[in-house]
Amino acid sequence: MTHPPVAQEPRKAKGDAAWYRSIKGRRALAVLLTFALLIPLGILFVVPFFVMMSTALKTKPQIFQFPPSLIPDPIVWQNFPDGWYGYGIIDFTNCTWNSLKITVNNIVGNLVSCTLAAYAFARLKARGKNIFFGILLATMLLPNEAVLIPQYVLFRILGWNDTHLPLMVPPWFGWPFFIFLLRQFFLTIPEELVDAAKIDGAGHARILLQIFIPLSKPALATLAIFAFVGNWNNFFGPLLYLRTPEIQTLPVCLVQYQGAYGNTDWNLMMAVATITVIPVLLLFIFGQRYFVEGIATSGVKR
Amino acid sequence: MLRRLIRPISPSARREERIFYLFILPWLIGLVVFNAGPILGILGLSFTDWRISFQGLNFVGLENYRTLFADETFWVSVGNTLYITVGRVVLGTIFALFLAILLNQKVPGIPFFRAVYYLPSVTAGVAVALVWIWIFNPQVGILNHSLRLLGIKGPTWIHSTVWVKPSLIIMSIFTVGPNMIILLAGLQGIPKELYEAAEIDGAGAWEKFANVTLPMLSPVLFFVIIISVAASFQNFTEIRVMTQGGPGESSNVLVWYLWENAFVYFQMGVASAVAWIIFLLLMGLTGIQFRLGRRWVFYEV
Repeated sequence: MTHPPVAQEPRKAKGDAAWYRSIKGRRALAVLLTFALLIPLGILFVVPFFVMMSTALKTKPQIFQFPPSLIPDPIVWQNFPDGWYGYGIIDFTNCTWNSLKITVNNIVGNLVSCTLAAYAFARLKARGKNIFFGILLATMLLPNEAVLIPQYVLFRILGWNDTHLPLMVPPWFGWPFFIFLLRQFFLTIPEELVDAAKIDGAGHARILLQIFIPLSKPALATLAIFAFVGNWNNFFGPLLYLRTPEIQTLPVCLVQYQGAYGNTDWNLMMAVATITVIPVLLLFIFGQRYFVEGIATSGVKR
Repeated sequence: MLRRLIRPISPSARREERIFYLFILPWLIGLVVFNAGPILGILGLSFTDWRISFQGLNFVGLENYRTLFADETFWVSVGNTLYITVGRVVLGTIFALFLAILLNQKVPGIPFFRAVYYLPSVTAGVAVALVWIWIFNPQVGILNHSLRLLGIKGPTWIHSTVWVKPSLIIMSIFTVGPNMIILLAGLQGIPKELYEAAEIDGAGAWEKFANVTLPMLSPVLFFVIIISVAASFQNFTEIRVMTQGGPGESSNVLVWYLWENAFVYFQMGVASAVAWIIFLLLMGLTGIQFRLGRRWVFYEV
């Protein structure tokens, strides 16, 4: 399980009294030193992408060339269509549709079920609530693998094996980590807003729809991004439940490609790998901006 | 307790209670069907000789556990799991903290660097695991090539029984993004006045870090460590794509051992026992951490 971060903006230097009090020279040195660490680390972190891209654009002899070259020469864009359509054995276009279908369904399912539970845990009073919240926290640590075999049995009894159902139904029943994070966010919404709405005669469904959801857009967007990443990259589930090639998802398709041509066609495999990573990259870049906007709107937190 | 439960409550409170349970109902159903049920189910199955079909299912008592404890590979996989977990959690947490401190500096371009550091975390998966096979390639991989430029002869990484576990740990360092962000948020929550007070007392950078930052950050660090241990136990994709538990048994971790028993050898009873042991081991480790946590985690009073 990858766990979602808590997005937050670093404080702005502007208006920070300590900033002006410190000696300018020492300050400049500190900035320089910070950059001397930030930049090499930044380069280090993009190395895997660079390797993926550069391998994807090389010719076959060039990938095995010694000593290895970092820059492809010539640049072979043809690797992308060649890899994608490959040897006609793996239908990557179809795999992408399957991945997309499951991912979109799971994002919606997660958001709906987690929003309801998070609202209940954050704002409703009930006997037994603390006990259930304790259980929620405990299940956050439950390893997926421990419940895998009985889940597998359950889905087999239901006749769901080799269909998308084992992957698409559970997300509609909540995800403890998302419920917890969303509850934390809901707790920051001022009580006065809820009271005002109650005086106006609004029920809980309306309070949730018209106050909590609009105010929590950044948190919901963040969760949607995590759900996208988690489901798009999910490998274990499809590997376990899906047999028929026509219903396979991207990560498994990639591994099948590795099994078939992994030792020779690294350039083509990296080309396909690059394509599969692009949606996640785009969403992340889009999401970054959303985080920042989200922090700006969260002035309501105070 | 009972008295409290049957205490009469107002109709509006009762209505709110009904809505509470209605709202958590999907999660509750999921809890019973996909979590609590299976955990109990697996306990039951671990006492049977179940293979793949339910026909001829027999109760065998503790036989599966006895088989496991007598299997050398099982102990190797326990050792490997602990090795990788300790490496990942210790190095990963230190590195995440280091990055968070860097990102907490007041210099321009921080959102950009934050995005760059986070990037490998969102793309973790089969595609990136494939890239790492290539990076770790002893001959034409970029890692050994860089080492060669420095005059160092690199090991064979994931093809070496000694280096495969360090390789997996190194790789995991690139996915500390979530921990980094959580720690960054924690750092930003430390009141400025504490640092100012420390400065007035003549504290240097290190003293401020040791006496203000670390104690104030300790609850967040604790959370990060607990989550990291749990995450490290579930690391399957990299093993399946990159090493398949090898070379030999040197990267055979519990999850891989479980997978092989269940879906390669179809020893479902044995695999259920492994699943239950993974669960207990993780709960045990978490318990120990909570116990140790009492000594080093500082909660504001």
